Amino acid sequence: MERYYQPEIECASREEIRTIQEERLKAQVRHVWENVPYYRRKMEEKGVTPDDIQTLEDLSKLPFLSKSDLRDAYPYGLLGVPLKDCVRIQSTSGTTGKRVVAFYTPHDIDLWEDCCARAIVAAGGTDEDVCQVSYGYGLFTGGPGLNGGSHKVGCLTVPTSSGNTDRQIMFIMDLSTTILCCTPSYAAYLGERMKEMGYGPDDIPLKAGIFGAEAWSEEMRQDIQRTLGIKAYDIYGLTELSGPGVSFECSAQAGMHINEDHFIAEIIDPDTCEVLPEGAQGELVFTAIDKEAFPMIRYRTRDICSLTREKCSCGRTHVRMTKPKGRSDDMLIIRGVNVFPSQIETVLLNHGYAANYQIIVDRVNNTDTLDVQVEMTPEMFTDNIGEVEERQRQLVDGLKSMLGIKAKVSLVAPKSITRSEGKAVRIIDKRKI
Amino acid sequence: MSIKQISVFLENRPGMLKEMTSVLAAHKIDMRALSIAETKDFGIARLVVDDAYQAINILKESSFVANLTPVLAVAVPDEPGGLDNLLGIFSDAQVNIEYMYAFIGGKEAKHAYLIFRVADTKAAEARLASKGLRLMTQEDIANI
Repeated sequence: MERYYQPEIECASREEIRTIQEERLKAQVRHVWENVPYYRRKMEEKGVTPDDIQTLEDLSKLPFLSKSDLRDAYPYGLLGVPLKDCVRIQSTSGTTGKRVVAFYTPHDIDLWEDCCARAIVAAGGTDEDVCQVSYGYGLFTGGPGLNGGSHKVGCLTVPTSSGNTDRQIMFIMDLSTTILCCTPSYAAYLGERMKEMGYGPDDIPLKAGIFGAEAWSEEMRQDIQRTLGIKAYDIYGLTELSGPGVSFECSAQAGMHINEDHFIAEIIDPDTCEVLPEGAQGELVFTAIDKEAFPMIRYRTRDICSLTREKCSCGRTHVRMTKPKGRSDDMLIIRGVNVFPSQIETVLLNHGYAANYQIIVDRVNNTDTLDVQVEMTPEMFTDNIGEVEERQRQLVDGLKSMLGIKAKVSLVAPKSITRSEGKAVRIIDKRKI
Repeated sequence: MSIKQISVFLENRPGMLKEMTSVLAAHKIDMRALSIAETKDFGIARLVVDDAYQAINILKESSFVANLTPVLAVAVPDEPGGLDNLLGIFSDAQVNIEYMYAFIGGKEAKHAYLIFRVADTKAAEARLASKGLRLMTQEDIANI
């Protein structure tokens, strides 16, 4: 039977959700107008005042915020409350430019942890569970977010943080951990390591995993589920909005429910910024409607996905988003074609290779080159060189038909690609553009 | 009677072959024969050793991708025409060779040893036996 952390909100009728959203949106726009001069200026430039925002349809009148605004306003320019009311910051890794520093009041942390608690309960978590949080703790939101959610659910929380794989496995086996929270690439690595140590899916006490913070494919999910003998749930979030838990998967594993009492989602055309109808694929834009310290109105996530309000078998009524094809930060433009690492991953797994790979992009004689380095696996190896080459060729063909451009495949020694303990480094772009 | 060859995947980069031989050396594995097939991207080392099972286990533990492949081993007199005579038997028996390599030496002087990879090992064994050819056993190899 499906369980909910806050059923009255998670299963509210669409009308109730709309009422909550409109009420909170109006208040939030006024809060920002009065307290965030940076955004007020943007509104004034567009000729919009809080009085113009009465219904959800009015949302499109408001200006967007993007990562460059966060950079310009760094560090305090988007703060919505006096610093004395803030109790915490979290920050991004800054791999794609300047770090984002987000601020939290106690209320902001509370709603964030509620969102994470909903995700844990949706993954089957109860106060009987042992929940191991192997996301990094510290500035990264992964560890603190799931830690807070796990407390709220009443799980026994094991704050291992990331890294030290053998110790992670020791805790899983010794404490009979039932829920694992980490990045999908680390889950895959833990699975690989446990398999080597002789633990089969039936020996591993885990029953569920909550994996997020990076793009991963359906094939990778199947792989992790098989190796660890668990059900693997996706979780999504951004530091700008709070952290993990902005949306999460339920037992249906068919898209992630967005916590609509806290976040309004829109899909826009990333080029024209026009709002697209339900079901269309485009850039995900969020408006946080219940945050005090670091309000975000129409924040462009650069994630490409689509939304659906179709009824979900789990009983939740909140809109679902598809797994983002990849953050546009991860998207590579190679010879003018958009390439997402997740597409490459799908092809690799379909052809029997491991999900551990590296993509090297370079520019030779003004032409982009794409080299996919794949680790050789026992399943793909034979003593016959022609056969290995044939399999390599099939992989090249598979990549060509998925991506539309030709990629070189290099077979490399097992374990030669560095395993990550946090977000995997998949792309090495050597182009100097 | 076939013997076990160890086939090892080698990434094409400096030091890779040495990594493999270091693992074998550290475990005192004695090689009888070695051949390397290469493409421009990767190589496959094929080796015959005194203890195939021990060798494959330690290679796998050291994170090499390797497998055991059945091959046929034959000893012939080390003299002109030795290989030619032997291949005559293969030809008569209609056995198709995928690849082969040879080595000379061992305790018994005046012998050359030939390793053959064939498509259907069992069928080839039977046909070669019917032509009166003696194939070497794993034990013979260990004792060379």
